[in-house]
Amino acid sequence: MSAARGSDAALALEVRGLSTHFESRAGVVRAVDDVSFSVGRGQVMGLVGESGSGKSVTGFSILGLVDAPGRVVSGQVLFQGRDIAGLRDEEMRRLRGRHIAMVFQDPMMTLNPVLRVDTQMIEAVQAHEAVSKAEARGRARDALGLVGIPSPDERLRAYPHQFSGGMRQRVAIAIALLHRPALVIADEPTTALDVTIQAQILAEMQGLCARFGTALVWITHDLSVIAGLADHVAVMYAGRIVERGSVDQVLDAPMHPYTAGLIGSVPSRTKRGERLRGIPGMTPNVLNLPVGCAFRTRCARATARCEADPPEFGVGEGHAHRCFHPLLAAQEVAA
Amino acid sequence: MLHSGIARVAWLGGSGLATWLIRRLIQAVFVVLAMTLIVFLGVNVIGNPVDILISPEADAQERARAIAALGLDKPLWEQYLRFLGGVLKGDLGRSFVYNEPAIRVIIQRLPATMELAVAAVLISIFVGIPAGLYAGLRPNGWLSRALMAGSILGFSLPSFWVGLMLIMVFAVQLGWLPSTGRGETLGLGGVQWSFLTRDGFLHMILPASNLALFNVSLIMRLTRAGVREAMPSDYVRFARAKGLRPRRVIGVHVMKNIMIPVVTVVGLELGTTIAFSVVTESIFAWPGMGKLIIDSINLLDRPIIVAYLMLIVLLFVGINLVVDLMYAALDPRVRLEEQG
Amino acid sequence: MSAPPLNAIVEKALPAPEIVAPREESPARRLAIEFAQNPMAVVGLVVMLLILLVALVAPLIAPQNPYDLAVLDIMDGRLPPGSVGGEGTRFVIGTDDQGRDMLSGIMYGLRISLFVGAGSALIAGIIGSSLGLAAAYAGGRFESAVMRLVDLQLSFPSILVALIILAVLGKGIGNVMLALVMVEWAYYARTARGSAIAERRREYIEAAECLALSRARVVFRHLLPNCLPPLIVVGTFQMARAIALEATLSFLGLGVPVTEPSLGLLIANGYQYMLSGKYWISFYPGIALLITIVSINLVGDQLRDVLNPRLKR
Repeated sequence: MSAARGSDAALALEVRGLSTHFESRAGVVRAVDDVSFSVGRGQVMGLVGESGSGKSVTGFSILGLVDAPGRVVSGQVLFQGRDIAGLRDEEMRRLRGRHIAMVFQDPMMTLNPVLRVDTQMIEAVQAHEAVSKAEARGRARDALGLVGIPSPDERLRAYPHQFSGGMRQRVAIAIALLHRPALVIADEPTTALDVTIQAQILAEMQGLCARFGTALVWITHDLSVIAGLADHVAVMYAGRIVERGSVDQVLDAPMHPYTAGLIGSVPSRTKRGERLRGIPGMTPNVLNLPVGCAFRTRCARATARCEADPPEFGVGEGHAHRCFHPLLAAQEVAA
Repeated sequence: MLHSGIARVAWLGGSGLATWLIRRLIQAVFVVLAMTLIVFLGVNVIGNPVDILISPEADAQERARAIAALGLDKPLWEQYLRFLGGVLKGDLGRSFVYNEPAIRVIIQRLPATMELAVAAVLISIFVGIPAGLYAGLRPNGWLSRALMAGSILGFSLPSFWVGLMLIMVFAVQLGWLPSTGRGETLGLGGVQWSFLTRDGFLHMILPASNLALFNVSLIMRLTRAGVREAMPSDYVRFARAKGLRPRRVIGVHVMKNIMIPVVTVVGLELGTTIAFSVVTESIFAWPGMGKLIIDSINLLDRPIIVAYLMLIVLLFVGINLVVDLMYAALDPRVRLEEQG
Repeated sequence: MSAPPLNAIVEKALPAPEIVAPREESPARRLAIEFAQNPMAVVGLVVMLLILLVALVAPLIAPQNPYDLAVLDIMDGRLPPGSVGGEGTRFVIGTDDQGRDMLSGIMYGLRISLFVGAGSALIAGIIGSSLGLAAAYAGGRFESAVMRLVDLQLSFPSILVALIILAVLGKGIGNVMLALVMVEWAYYARTARGSAIAERRREYIEAAECLALSRARVVFRHLLPNCLPPLIVVGTFQMARAIALEATLSFLGLGVPVTEPSLGLLIANGYQYMLSGKYWISFYPGIALLITIVSINLVGDQLRDVLNPRLKR
């Protein structure tokens, strides 16, 4: 793709300083604020955060799907070494669905209810390859088989609302993998599903991505999902990444108080009879973020120093955080 | 509009398409029967049937004969049954003015009205939908705003006044188009049509546009609202995420969702358009059913009035039924819900 | 279709709107302030009130009483705007075929048009709203019967309904008003019922019922005032529609009698002269009609926007 391959080839995706702002009558909402992370080839990155933290917008920004009044104001999105942040519409369109695919949260709303499933799959194939309808249909059928949908021929002729939630999401995944993309961005794909189905879909996606060498960015608010699935984690709060690193690093030795709070609040971690631990306070009003560290209004360790914007501090191999008072007072190395 | 469509179908509960169809048919029959009752009562109870059904020029002897023939001396319910029988046979009396069976007089004028109505509907589709699409995709452009402002005028202005203005501007001042009448016609399938001749076609332009104005505004606004609702929706974003070309995203995904309410409205508006043709035909002296009924009311040619009312109600009920069917056929969600 | 998630983020981020106004402001004052946000609507309101005024005092300010046969001179007929008549009267916008001053004719015509329009809207409003409220409150078969009737009525175009009534009953101002009322009541009924159904579930109705207030009292003293805002909006639009419909019917010769012409009839009178270039006989009454209808619609539009959020309280 690009001339300077080298080490970049190992990275499917590298996001540098991405910022996406929304302009509203009441002010500017910095939904994504100076976000940086990278995903290696075939690796799974979990992007974790509460609703309103900007994680979904990050996903859309990577694909250039942010609608007015929002726009990407700065940063680079390096896909296989090539900056796609400033690409023209038509070039971006050629990437979407073919090299970078997306799976959305609620498949009922993402699959067009008035079109049949085969129509929606065939068009996904024909948008990028000049194949006959029959051949596209064959590939669609194979893709359905891949995600474990029985009697695919019948299912192809059905409408989305005739499927259960889990099946629909499988169709969406099948569509995403039609062209064997190098990167799939999954925006809370299992949040709307039953817990049992969640586990199935999770396992299947993991298996398929491993099989095809597809890098996966899994956006979720559920840390427990990440624990079993991802290689790396990035924790987002109020539009910023407050901690990132490998799963082991972040979950076993969290540095940022918010990360620790998230881990602590997972119900399965509390023993019976213990109180459920939540993070005190509420997600801040995105228009009215606290000056400096956005988390300081809810943080027990906040001091006057936190009124300044914390930069990224690296601690160890690929592990970084944005906190002036990290939990483990390791050597602070300015990133 | 969309809600009334769903309500129309959902109203009868999800008990199967066949049941629904039968219930709709029964309802339709009821409405028509009610109309016959209203017209019958209006003629025989409120009005004086002798004046209405017997030409005022008849002398005493003819009157007596007519009264006996029409059964006006029989009890009311018998008269009603007789009237119903006549309706079913298509016999609704003879026109005073034309001295022909009223039904025949009306049917003769049907093609002219249908021509106009169909032309108006076609205009509203081929102008309204593209305009609405444009206004929905570029809502802040000056053209969009102008179109929206224009559509408000299109609703609120009384169509007869617009017709007058059209005549004044295009026929009188500019002299581009003829002002009244139907122009030359050409026969096709045993019926005379004016759109087949150049002269006739020119005559059609102003009245068809006048008739279409309300519909164009309606369809344009509907399409625009649909587009604005659809564009930020999840399935459009997903379609874009699949890498589909913008033409396909709009042309297939967006349009298919919009088409359902639009088609319903167009169908429903066909009936209204035919009804409003009474105004347009009167202004443009277009020799259709509408002009006939207005003239007949003024000339007190009651048999024609009765026949027209029955015919138009029948037409109306029929159109509504077809639209409901079409709606059920188009929206897969509705169709399949009923089978469940 | 679900709300787009990105906009939902922005929506969530915006500060919650001020719902409760400070105590000193009465609801009426608040309404007036919000109404005034849209300059077009204010213009519409001003124009509407002006027209109302003109119509009310027409006999006092019209240059000529166009229906006083003694004053008319047929020699003054069909004079273009700005001409001076035989007696020295200035005809600002010309005369019609009988020599009547167009300006005066329009003023008097406005009276009839507004009377019929507003009158029928009011009567239909009372009847329709009562039926709708009663249907919502009573429920059961009564409600479904009334609503079915409403649906049936609304599936017919207004002009057809009016045509049927006028064809059967004949012309005249009373019949025209009857026809208009028959056309309009269904809109009120549907709105009233919808509103009442929403309100009925609220606590204050339950409270009133617990106090064993009579049903009529609950409906009229408690339910009605809160259902009033959408009914007012409907009423405004209906008035505009009624005026337009009456004008159409009169134009077709099915409406008001020649002795008391509304704007529609005036336009009809001038129709035959359009082709010979004497446009003013139809044109100016048409403009007057237009301004009336558009201004009422503008007011109605803004009223609808202003009154709606209140219902979501």
